[in-house]
Amino acid sequence: MDDLQYFKDAAASNEWSLIWPEISVGLLALSLLVVEMLVPKMKNRLVPMIAMIGLSVITVTLVLSWVGMGVSYGESFAGLLFQSGFGESMRLFFLLGGLFICFLGYVTLQGRAIPRVEFFHIVLVVTAALMLLAQSNHFVMIFITLETVTIGFYILVSYFRNQPISLEAGLKYLILGGLSTGLLLFGIALLYGAAGNPQLAGATAEGLNLQALRAFLLNHGDHTLAVAGMLLVLFGIAFKVAVFPFQIWVPDVYQGAPTAVTAFLGVCSKAAGFALMIILVTRTFNVETMTSITVPLLSLMAIFSLLYGNLTALTQQNTKRLMGLSGISHAGFLLAGVVAAVHVDWAVWAVVFYLFSYMFSSFAVFGVMAFVEGKNPGEGEELIDYTGLYQRSPFLGTVLGIGLGSLAGIPPLVGFIGKALVFIALFQAGLYVLLLVGALSVAISIFYYFGWMRTAFFGDGPDTEKDYPAIEVPLPKRVPLAIIAGITVFLGFIQVPLAAVLGL
Amino acid sequence: MVNSYLLQFAILFPLAFALILLVGGRRIPDPVTRIIAFFGVLYPALIAIWLWIAFDPGASGYDFVANVQTGLTDWVGISLKTGLNGIGLPLFVLSGVVGLAAGLHSLLTVREKVREFFILYLLMLGGLMGVFASIDLFFFYFFHELALIPTFLMIGLWGGRNRRYAAMKMTIYLTVGAMLSLVGLIALYVQSGAEAFNMIAVREAMAGQTLSEAAQNYTFALLLFGFGILVSIWPFHTWAPLGYGAAPTANAMLHSGVLKKFGLYGLVQIAAPMLPGGAEHWAYLLALLALGNVLVVGFITVDQSDLKQMIGYSSVMHMGYCFLGLACLSVVGVGGAVFLMFAHGLSVAILFLLADYVYRRTGTFDMNAMGGLARKTPLLATFFVTAMLASIGLPGPGLANFWGELTVFVGLWQWQSWMVVPAVFGVVISAIYGLRSMGKIFFGEETESFQKRQASLPVIRDLDFGEKVPAVILLAVLVFAGLWPRTLSDPLNEAVQSYYPDQRAETLATTQEQDEKIVYRGTLPGNE
Repeated sequence: MDDLQYFKDAAASNEWSLIWPEISVGLLALSLLVVEMLVPKMKNRLVPMIAMIGLSVITVTLVLSWVGMGVSYGESFAGLLFQSGFGESMRLFFLLGGLFICFLGYVTLQGRAIPRVEFFHIVLVVTAALMLLAQSNHFVMIFITLETVTIGFYILVSYFRNQPISLEAGLKYLILGGLSTGLLLFGIALLYGAAGNPQLAGATAEGLNLQALRAFLLNHGDHTLAVAGMLLVLFGIAFKVAVFPFQIWVPDVYQGAPTAVTAFLGVCSKAAGFALMIILVTRTFNVETMTSITVPLLSLMAIFSLLYGNLTALTQQNTKRLMGLSGISHAGFLLAGVVAAVHVDWAVWAVVFYLFSYMFSSFAVFGVMAFVEGKNPGEGEELIDYTGLYQRSPFLGTVLGIGLGSLAGIPPLVGFIGKALVFIALFQAGLYVLLLVGALSVAISIFYYFGWMRTAFFGDGPDTEKDYPAIEVPLPKRVPLAIIAGITVFLGFIQVPLAAVLGL
Repeated sequence: MVNSYLLQFAILFPLAFALILLVGGRRIPDPVTRIIAFFGVLYPALIAIWLWIAFDPGASGYDFVANVQTGLTDWVGISLKTGLNGIGLPLFVLSGVVGLAAGLHSLLTVREKVREFFILYLLMLGGLMGVFASIDLFFFYFFHELALIPTFLMIGLWGGRNRRYAAMKMTIYLTVGAMLSLVGLIALYVQSGAEAFNMIAVREAMAGQTLSEAAQNYTFALLLFGFGILVSIWPFHTWAPLGYGAAPTANAMLHSGVLKKFGLYGLVQIAAPMLPGGAEHWAYLLALLALGNVLVVGFITVDQSDLKQMIGYSSVMHMGYCFLGLACLSVVGVGGAVFLMFAHGLSVAILFLLADYVYRRTGTFDMNAMGGLARKTPLLATFFVTAMLASIGLPGPGLANFWGELTVFVGLWQWQSWMVVPAVFGVVISAIYGLRSMGKIFFGEETESFQKRQASLPVIRDLDFGEKVPAVILLAVLVFAGLWPRTLSDPLNEAVQSYYPDQRAETLATTQEQDEKIVYRGTLPGNE
């Protein structure tokens, strides 16, 4: 086929209308810079408002478009993207995530001598990249979107450039992120090389396309280079989602990053990694010769993540580090769900449900953290700073209780449903050890989540003598938190709305 | 049809009222809070009693069946399916009645953080009504946890001494138990291959096939120990007396009286009939552990001087009889166990209530620092003696407990005759601590320390009207169930007979006709 024809065919499959949400988010990001230039005086209030309202409009339009037009399904952009119900639900996920991060950023940045506009701009760009990532069907697409996300995070993590701790976190994230990118890229190269080897039957020049790669792997799934490539790719992603043994960067980076960024990193970045895991482990590498390696390996990583995250979180006094470490155990749960999804079809939805539940409950907690923390580095981040929070602000106390309870997985909150779905999937997949470790780790996690709650509700911190000031949260800022907490409770009872989104 | 909506409303009302209080915030004045809470506890009780009267199961054994889709049906067959059968009915009534009594008591006594207290209390009550009304296994578990979580918070916020340690210890124990039982329920569901995650579907699926022996055994073990920890089976019982000792009165009443029955209910309704092989395998060990509850915990109970701790331990001890009845795996034994669960739930709730009244008058739970209270409070003494006699299981006012224990003994006799001896000895132990507590608190002379303390206490009066009401409600239902048990035992018998194909009793019946009569009478104590 001559090259010109190739590009013509490729261009013909460019259906730009399919990615209108990503384009809109990108345009929104650009428009923020324009607003800054046009009305420099009002930019501090106007820019977050525009970002949030814009994202809300796009989110609502996306949902309405599903209702009105249904969901398209299949490849586009010459196989770079693959539209599916999974991709659509992750789009919604990242839109909602970006929306709440803008709110958190608004709260965190207030009253600081730090540029505002760039923060929201980067958050939106990263959000758009995340949305594309979840639909990617090609290693080039995966790599480009993942790098857009990662580079965005390098900047965001060290956003408080006048604070050494933030810069330190940014540096650590940069080095380890670079390492993970290297692993990923090397793995991709190996896979591409193996698939393109003309001496093997069924070799393909399209080795970067996931479907073509899978067709090759069906015959050569036990090829040494292919296996090595697959492992490196998975390890590269394991860095992003922070599962054992690639979790080492988590506590420092989470602690140093601004709270809004910590939430972004803990929820959206993690979700991006798991979207990739689902695409790769359950849709690309799901050939028998490879699942015989991935299932035991990922199971083991999940088991260790569950135990490591929970055991290290037990004695943690810094809330950001605590969220990071407990996030490792949640990554273990999600990874367990991914492993189950290799054999049980609907388990993919259990993972996505868990991601949504994790997002809502984590945001509730991070939202409270953003109000409790002080302006100086490390101020208001320790557990003792939550002493008697319920007495100081009944609203924040309640939201925190709901968020932590949902993270711990207790009914009637949505986190419990997520965990129960993963448990059922695990049992159906016959992963009994993983199931028992998961159940055990829930019991362990109760200890530190309830310890935090106990400090907040019963006020029996180690330093009860100190007088902690009441925290006033103005009404407009209460609304997003109340909505998040309300969703967490509502979805615990009635899962119809979320199930309808996921059942696309 | 209307009745199946009523069943759902019994769950919905407390939860909705809790939501109103939560959203209303501090704007709701105190009296309004109490009125809302009053209706929140009243409605479920009225509905429970109405459904008790209207109960008439069809061929499926379930009445008032309704199904609500919550969105998970397509993936895992979960939907909110509610209904009552003969085993669920007594416990549903129990939670309504105890919920009302404990709620009225708190309405009159709670002074601190009233709004928060009733939010948690109503959540707990809604969960309890849901547990026994759920046919769906997932929601069965869900509602239990919904009722359990407020317990931890209530102990932590309103509890007595040692409350933080107690709350944490309970949380850990009960979470472990709950997780084990959740895994067990999932194991049961997935292995049965049923279409829907509810009791009816799983039972039908299990009837059509037999799991391998190993699968039955380990699934039953998960359920047995998971549920067992929740019911405080020996030696996993240490959280219970501690927790009840520290809990506010209403919470102790509801938890020991009703919530703890969840585990037993799960074993009776789900584990044993659906996994008969596994139940047979573990029955002997279960019986031995249950004897541990009766004897070991029984002796510990005798040694208690703290009234609330003593009631807590005695509650753990009496769970042993329920386990023994279950271990028989016969109609008589299981029927007796469920009836005893009902009766014990009422009697232990009264005892915790009266212990609170005693505390209000004497300023202490230490029984060695009281004495002679009967002269000043004859009515309280009468209630206490009645409730204690009922709890011991003596025929008389506590006829219901007597029927329960008697049928358990009959069932036990048919299965493992020797176990009747230690089990009956347990009644003697109960009598020892029961009578001793009566003597120490109400009779004899006032101790010196009590006399000294009285100077700083308000003048001791007998029960006032508000105090009488909850006690009378509980006692009235207990006496009614004792005098006319067939309103509960007939449906119970029907349900149990269809779940426990009584092989042991059948072999007996074919050899001796006489025995069949005993079986019949034992299950239907009111049928003479």
